[in-house]
Amino acid sequence: MALATRTAPRPSPTPRTPVGRFWGSTLGMKAVMAVSGLIMLGYLVVHMLGNLKIFFGPDEFNAYGRWLRHMGEPFLHSHWGLWGARIVLLAAVLAHAVSAYRLSRRDLRARPVGYAHRRRRASYATRTMRWGGVILGLFIVWHLLDLTTLTVNENAQEGRPYENVVATFSTWYGNTVYLTAMLALGLHIRHGFWSAAQTLGAGTVRRDRTLKALANLLALVITAGFVSVPLAVMTGLVN
Amino acid sequence: MKLNLRVWRQQHPETPGAMVTYEVDGISRDMSFLEMLDTLNEDLILRGEEPVAFDHDCREGICGACSLVINGDAHGPERTTACQLHMRSFRDGDTIDVEPWRAAAFPVVRDLVVDRSAFDRIIQAGGYVTVATGSAPEAHATAVPKADADRAFEHAECIGCGACVAACPNGSAMLFTSAKVNHLGALPQGSPERETRVLDMVAQMDAEGFGGCTLTGECATACPKGIPLPSIAAMNKEWLRANRTVRR
Repeated sequence: MALATRTAPRPSPTPRTPVGRFWGSTLGMKAVMAVSGLIMLGYLVVHMLGNLKIFFGPDEFNAYGRWLRHMGEPFLHSHWGLWGARIVLLAAVLAHAVSAYRLSRRDLRARPVGYAHRRRRASYATRTMRWGGVILGLFIVWHLLDLTTLTVNENAQEGRPYENVVATFSTWYGNTVYLTAMLALGLHIRHGFWSAAQTLGAGTVRRDRTLKALANLLALVITAGFVSVPLAVMTGLVN
Repeated sequence: MKLNLRVWRQQHPETPGAMVTYEVDGISRDMSFLEMLDTLNEDLILRGEEPVAFDHDCREGICGACSLVINGDAHGPERTTACQLHMRSFRDGDTIDVEPWRAAAFPVVRDLVVDRSAFDRIIQAGGYVTVATGSAPEAHATAVPKADADRAFEHAECIGCGACVAACPNGSAMLFTSAKVNHLGALPQGSPERETRVLDMVAQMDAEGFGGCTLTGECATACPKGIPLPSIAAMNKEWLRANRTVRR
């Protein structure tokens, strides 16, 4: 019996417009993920620093909350700065999620049959990127319903974020959801930041250790900063 | 040595396959993995059974033909090709799983043989330099800085075996494509086609149905020629640059 050496040919790439070429390519989608991820990471650093104001009492924290609504005044109309930030973040979340979905579908199709001999591959942070991302997406929905729209908040007092935060972290489920999500966030940043650097072409053999160390540092600082708030409420440091 | 082998048997690309268990005896520690499979095939032929089909050519680790996933690792436990893997890496009585490369872009032709012509088409898309052929050029006509020559050579070591694709959980061909892009891009002869090369090769890579890169690093761990993971970052940089500069 003759051995078939070739299987059915596959289509060659179709010519595209520059935008189509970019967005249709795995490298382009990864670049979109990297840039949107870095935008969100930058926001998280600012968000975490803002959260730490809770350690300086309700007056300072609530004043900070009020200022967020009036950012950019008198140059910008009231709430314009806030909505500007919200639109950029929403666009980043959507771009990140859509490219993650498209890439994941492609990746799963590219390996339809697994190996019979399984072994553990890659680090925990790397393996949990997809589900970690889903957890973070669900967390964002809950977080907005809890502390922005106050729909599911126990205290739900408009203009009193300090009291609302304390109310959330006085419930077992509030703490569980938040701490789980922050753990997922730390892992996501650990692999995500380093990956973004590679995707955007910043990775070299010489720079690799520095980039990995920076990714770990960012993951650790951001997670620790966020987690400190529920811990402070739980231990009674903030009440 | 006496070994238990569990080998993937598949008659035809369209028919289902399965892991089949065989026992081989009289294996020397100094045999290569492929010689061990030869021994198995001799037994099978004597018993009137169909021998196991597997790819091999040079058997000295330079052609990239052998393509076996051994105990879940592309090319097995050592950092080399399956033909340069010796049975001394295993112990008497071991059970060894032998499977073909697994990727949608590398369909199984038969048993352990996969069709890797997707790699050929990626090369055809841009893995070349356009030069006037004829008499050999004067060797000193084009000066290449030592650092560039080293970088080109490091990536030229890629033998296109496809272990990177086999090891990648996404069946991605990024390490292979980046090796070729970085090899030719580092040299003056490859510079004129630098932008179109990376755009065309990446487009072909995507069209072949390889997955995207999630930077798990499995490819660089499996690569028998030690193509480093940052090669992928270098290709990303090259691709982004080409997108900015090339208008077509």
